[in-house]
Amino acid sequence: MTDIADNLMAASFWIAVLRIATPLILGTLGVLLCERAGVLNLGIEGIMSAGAFVGWFAVWQGAGLWGGVLAAALAGAVFGLLHGWLTVSLGLSQHVCGLGITLLATSLSYYAYRVYFTKVSSPPTIEPFSGLGAPFDAVPIVGEWLASLTPLTVLALALVPAIGWLLYRTPAGLALRMVGENPAAAQSAGVSVVATRIGAIVAGSALMGIAGAFLTLAAFNAFFFNMVNGRGWICVALVVFASWRPGKALLGALLFAGFDAMQLRLQQGAGSEIPYQLWLMLPYALSILALVLMARRVAYPQALMKPYRKGER
Amino acid sequence: MTMGEPALRLTGISKRFGALLANDDISLELGRGEVLALLGENGAGKSTLVSILFGDYRPDAGSVEAFGRRLEPGDPAAALAAGIGMVHQHFTLADNLDVLDNVLIGTEPWWRPMSRRTAARSRLLELAARFGLQVDPSARVGDLSIGEKQRVEILKALYREARILILDEPTAVLAPQESIQLFATLRSFVEAGLSIIFISHKLGEVLSVSDRIAVLRQGRLEAVLPTHQADAPTLSMLMVGRSIERPVRPAPMQPAAGQAAIPALSVDRVDVREGARQLLRSASLSVNPGEIVAIAGIAGNGQQALADLVCGLRSPDAGTVRVEGKALGADPIEWIRAGVGRIPEDRQHLGVIAAASIAENAVAEHYREPPYARGGWRIDRAAIDQAATRIVADYDVRCRDIGQATSQLSGGNIQKLLLGRVLSRHPRLIIADQPTWGLDVGAIAWIHARLMSAAAQGAAVLLISEELDEIFALADRIAVISHGQLSGALPVSHWTIQSLGLAMTGSLKHQQAASDAT
Amino acid sequence: MRLERRDVVPREALVLAPLTAVAVTLAVCALLVAWAGAPVGRTYALLFEGAFGSRFALTETLTRATPLMFTGMATAVAFRARFFNIGAEGQLYLGALAAVAVGGLHDGSGFDLPVPLHFALMILAGMAAGGALVLGPALLKIRLGVDEVVTTLLLNFIVLLLVSLMLDGPMKDPGAMGWPQSVGLKPELEFTRLIDKSRVHSGLLVAIGLAALTWAVQRFTIWGFEWRSVGTSPSAARFIGIPVNSVVLRAALISGAFAGLAGVSEVAGRAGYLTLDMSPGYGYAGIVIAMLAALNPLGVVLASIFIAGMLVGADGMTREVPVPSYIADVIVAVALISMLVATMLTRYRIRRG
Repeated sequence: MTDIADNLMAASFWIAVLRIATPLILGTLGVLLCERAGVLNLGIEGIMSAGAFVGWFAVWQGAGLWGGVLAAALAGAVFGLLHGWLTVSLGLSQHVCGLGITLLATSLSYYAYRVYFTKVSSPPTIEPFSGLGAPFDAVPIVGEWLASLTPLTVLALALVPAIGWLLYRTPAGLALRMVGENPAAAQSAGVSVVATRIGAIVAGSALMGIAGAFLTLAAFNAFFFNMVNGRGWICVALVVFASWRPGKALLGALLFAGFDAMQLRLQQGAGSEIPYQLWLMLPYALSILALVLMARRVAYPQALMKPYRKGER
Repeated sequence: MTMGEPALRLTGISKRFGALLANDDISLELGRGEVLALLGENGAGKSTLVSILFGDYRPDAGSVEAFGRRLEPGDPAAALAAGIGMVHQHFTLADNLDVLDNVLIGTEPWWRPMSRRTAARSRLLELAARFGLQVDPSARVGDLSIGEKQRVEILKALYREARILILDEPTAVLAPQESIQLFATLRSFVEAGLSIIFISHKLGEVLSVSDRIAVLRQGRLEAVLPTHQADAPTLSMLMVGRSIERPVRPAPMQPAAGQAAIPALSVDRVDVREGARQLLRSASLSVNPGEIVAIAGIAGNGQQALADLVCGLRSPDAGTVRVEGKALGADPIEWIRAGVGRIPEDRQHLGVIAAASIAENAVAEHYREPPYARGGWRIDRAAIDQAATRIVADYDVRCRDIGQATSQLSGGNIQKLLLGRVLSRHPRLIIADQPTWGLDVGAIAWIHARLMSAAAQGAAVLLISEELDEIFALADRIAVISHGQLSGALPVSHWTIQSLGLAMTGSLKHQQAASDAT
Repeated sequence: MRLERRDVVPREALVLAPLTAVAVTLAVCALLVAWAGAPVGRTYALLFEGAFGSRFALTETLTRATPLMFTGMATAVAFRARFFNIGAEGQLYLGALAAVAVGGLHDGSGFDLPVPLHFALMILAGMAAGGALVLGPALLKIRLGVDEVVTTLLLNFIVLLLVSLMLDGPMKDPGAMGWPQSVGLKPELEFTRLIDKSRVHSGLLVAIGLAALTWAVQRFTIWGFEWRSVGTSPSAARFIGIPVNSVVLRAALISGAFAGLAGVSEVAGRAGYLTLDMSPGYGYAGIVIAMLAALNPLGVVLASIFIAGMLVGADGMTREVPVPSYIADVIVAVALISMLVATMLTRYRIRRG
């Protein structure tokens, strides 16, 4: 128990929490936008891979770190457009298309990587985002933590209230929520269901791309295979846990990251008796638990996963 | 735009859905400041017509002008911009959002960084106060009562400065007092300069609220008359048609001497609740062998719950449902084994398995029994095909071959297939729920003949229908369902077209004592 | 653009659809090959040759196709009842784990049984393990409405960690000099080699046999009818008295069992022991195979051979031309999406306005 308390006091713990949480926050917000508009986007795992690769590659080619972020967002948006076309315009199964996109995006990233870097013994690296640094480290108590935050983390944190604003205070957000609840009502009010849904998917997928870019541009500095490692699926579970609200999404991501960071540390400390794999299982088990707990209580967006066909009797 | 232009002018509107001609060359005008009532039975084409006005459907022919300017078809945004506001029968509201959200949707340009909610809220409250439609803008729509939801529907249109308001069966979901209040509100709309189209079944209301009445029947405009020249009997006749040919029914089979007449179906004081809503209230009914009992009523008065009960899809919350004396519950297999032939209303989603072949659907209710399944597991295709071929031939199911997917059949042929599946087993009790909905005249007559001959051979038939023609053609006794309550099932000779129409529409206040004439 | 349902699905469309999908796939991937700077024609030729062009190629393809057939069938069986089992990967590994537990631990001496019985037990254990893993998500879906996609997916990661745990500890092969692999199976329990000097094993026959059996059940038995009905029209199925929840549960358990069998087949047929990297995503590939085969078990056999061919061919091809072997995965992904679109176009036509 004292181990846990010690860890909670250490700045390094909280630094790790934010580092682990950032891609989760971004990814969950991305899924949230899609699902609020009524579309399940299981392409996230692949889109994050694509974002990770494209972002890193752009920086490698000299685009600068923010250029990389933009490129990653664009890559995500393109896959989002594909998903939107398949599921909204053509009305295909959202489950299958999402999985197909994950496969496509992942394999394309790996392919592209190998085309450029055929036989490398260790992955080439770039100079990642560094922490905010001075003058933030002068702030009392949280100074060290604050200074360690990368701009992408700040972006992720800022996006939480921004998306909340978008959803609840703008006409675009209202349209997005309406097409996820009652598309016929939106259509009768003159809102194009197809355009709104595809727009939401593209925006959400761009966020997913940025989530992936965080991995290669901030958390690490190179692109590895299997880098995403299930984070995308965890985001899908977190959205349910968050009841599709941005504030709760942040909370869920932080809680999750907290557990993950804690288990890493406990593992290194007293955990030598307990096999490390059990610790690693914890995040996934927790996600399943979150889903089960929220099962009966959630208010799903009412039109989630129902394809909309205009004027069909 | 001259002052003389009517608010709306429809010219030659026609719309077809597959084989069904929903609107047949309709030309109509709505004057400024006028209340025009659109009257007709279910399926007469009223909803299709207003859906075209509102842009949900495109007409196959004809045009619409609003205030002298041609309206772009198939575009709700254009209709809204032209000042047409619609209060739908099935509300276009999102339950999870609040009232203000539901009103605001689509009224602001999407790129605006912030919704002007405060201003919108005051404007909404102002409108609400002006017309006496109290609402709480922050309330969650899913929590509102039906009357309150309707007020939100109306306010949506008013908020968008509608100059033409179309209300689709607005009183179908209201209590009498609420209806009176609605009429007062409509009068105030007219005073404020709106023109109104009011769709209804209820003759009493139509007569009291409208200036002119347009009667639709089977897709055609039968007549348009000023209200002061109309009365209930005239309108009933126009709605239902002049000639109701009642084919002569052979006398119903008498039970064998000495045999106690156990009703084939006996529904005894059942209640059905869903959440806070009471769908059926102490409903009682019995159907004897050889007779056809019809349940007449406007959609949404509890027929769905009743149908679910007698098809084995639902158990009553109170009371019992018995088939030949034996109480049955929510277990379709029990009902099938009891020899009940069920023809559901939703033929596409409940009646047939769309992806299965015609042959499979022809025997679907007995797929696990011999001769269709040998040893309890092996499908005997030959037996199925044989039975299916007979059914397809006997019941005139038009198809390419019995191996094709059932989804490829037209609605009428699916219905004939269902009838064949049910009637070929000579059931002792038949439940027919809207059996001729959406079908052409020929198919309707054919299905009626089959049901009558089944009754003549001793089957008990429960018919649930919204078509008065059909009810009069088939029924021995008629009960009326209204707001979840069943009247007594009286012999058909006790009813006239007018009295039935009035009872269905709720104008007749008296409730018959629940006495089952035997 | 508007979609309008077709009245009649032309027979030709059913054949044209997969062919068009394949054509589109080859066209799109040709672009990728060109981007890598390799000659397209030669690349495809090498791919094909590496897949089917020699005795070695064919046997390798068949060996790789075997677990794919199992996972493809697992997915197809579940999807047919509208249960989206994405956990085939984990179920595969758990099945393999069970096989080693029954057939390899303590040199198999814990079970003093005649070989045929032991063999049967091993197979049953694998199937039971796979089924047990999917039971949780299935019940959660039926009782609580929890979406099975995410639950089955997350379990994959948990199982992989479990395998790693087992390989570090209880199942570790002491003779493997620190390499994380499990104890080997008793040699008598391994599947027999079908073709000399190749890796093709009798698991292939089991897979094909199972595919035929599944196809027969779906076509000729009432359970097949129930299955299809529940997957396509659940309300109508309930109306005619089909026990919808039981059918879904049954489908889920059989699906898990098949995926578990994939694991048994890999351990007992190909490797003889269990390693962490035994499956390069066979479980996920199963989803693609199921969709390509339009959920038909016999189609699964063909689709598995196609995809295995791509994977094997790519390995060979990548040695000769500068095209990364990942082209195989891209081919598979594009084929899936093209197949989905093509199938939909057989049912709907596109109208303007």
